[in-house]
Amino acid sequence: MHIKILGPGCANCHALERRTREAVADLGLTAEISAVTDYPTIAGYGVMSTPALVIDEQVVAAGHVPTKAQITGLLTAANTGH
Amino acid sequence: MSTHATAGDAATPVAGSPRPAAGRWWRVAVPVVVAAAWLAAYLVNEPLWDAVVYHLLGLRPQSRLGSGVHFFLTDSVKIVLLLAGIIFVVTVLRSYMSVERTRALLGGRREGIGNVMAAGLGVVTPFCSCSAVPAFIGFVAAGVPIGVTLSFLIASPLVNEIAVGLLATMFGWKIAGLYIAAGLTIAVSAGWVLGRLGVQRWVEPFVFETRLGGQVIDSTAGLSLADRVRMGREEVGTILRKIWPYLLVGIGLGAVIHGWAPQDFFARYAGADNPFGVLIAVLVGVPLYSNAAGVMPLVQALHDKGLPMGTLLAFMMAVVALSLPEMILLRRVLRPPLIAVYLGVVATGITAVGYLFNAIL
Repeated sequence: MHIKILGPGCANCHALERRTREAVADLGLTAEISAVTDYPTIAGYGVMSTPALVIDEQVVAAGHVPTKAQITGLLTAANTGH
Repeated sequence: MSTHATAGDAATPVAGSPRPAAGRWWRVAVPVVVAAAWLAAYLVNEPLWDAVVYHLLGLRPQSRLGSGVHFFLTDSVKIVLLLAGIIFVVTVLRSYMSVERTRALLGGRREGIGNVMAAGLGVVTPFCSCSAVPAFIGFVAAGVPIGVTLSFLIASPLVNEIAVGLLATMFGWKIAGLYIAAGLTIAVSAGWVLGRLGVQRWVEPFVFETRLGGQVIDSTAGLSLADRVRMGREEVGTILRKIWPYLLVGIGLGAVIHGWAPQDFFARYAGADNPFGVLIAVLVGVPLYSNAAGVMPLVQALHDKGLPMGTLLAFMMAVVALSLPEMILLRRVLRPPLIAVYLGVVATGITAVGYLFNAIL
């Protein structure tokens, strides 16, 4: 599973990354988590409000930081979808 | 996806809580208690510090130290309370709008009406300056004219909700209303002028080459009310953590001016009689970087020292809307000539508004 956190490095981006790492660890998933700070790439995903969460190249959340429970839900849905 | 999450969230308390009916009471009781506590703290603030500073510590209200310390303590608590309230309410209300919806509304608009809409939407759209660059690319790549996009980007920090709330409580709704009208006018006209100047050639070429991939997801659609309230709470924490140093410096300077600056010191250099007063205020304000909450105690203290409102509003707008960090951010998509013209046009607008208000108020 490839997870990307899109955002230029603001406080909310770090919060999203932290919660995502916790959710991944809780679920025991093997996932590669990377931060994308490059503006053209962020815009290329169609994202205009950061931070955004991308799971396997699908934007699943943008413009706000979901709770850990919500991220867990998003990860589970993406995981079972494959 | 979000509907699944909402259903799951709603089901959890019923399954986990021993008294499911209590959930509904809490939803009413908690907001009422929080609002009451907020109001009580706000009302008790000034009498409390009166008692502590003037009676317990025995400082005289007429003394410099007494009035300075009293100003600092009263203003710190008052501004933090106001900030928490304003940020929470505005975040929850704005979560019903989104940058994606704003872009859809602006897509295909002509300049003119487009600039007016963009400025208005800039005020109500949830937007943080860290999203300025992706939003700029997203707007331009979707065919929104550069001038209209710039009206949005100018209005968003210039008509600042924190400034509106603080101005309204400190100086009344008339001043707050004039500030909103002035900010919108500047954003509309500056964006329109920049669009007329044909500034496309000064936009970094990669912006036009960016292909928007993926599906656009509306960032705030499908949130439950509980999500919006949680976002409001988190935003209060995030912003207070980010701005408290600016707030302390602002209130500290305000207290020093309040207690120590001679009565006619500022009036002599930037008072109503000095024709260059507004110009000086804007030139001082542009390089200063703070936010609306940090600059407001200064504005209040300077107002007490007899500076005219137009000069002070111009100063505040220059501090809040034009800052080095924002220009560095915009430099990623705008070439230096456009940054310079942008600064010039917005600063001119702010100066004009300052002189106008000094003349009519």
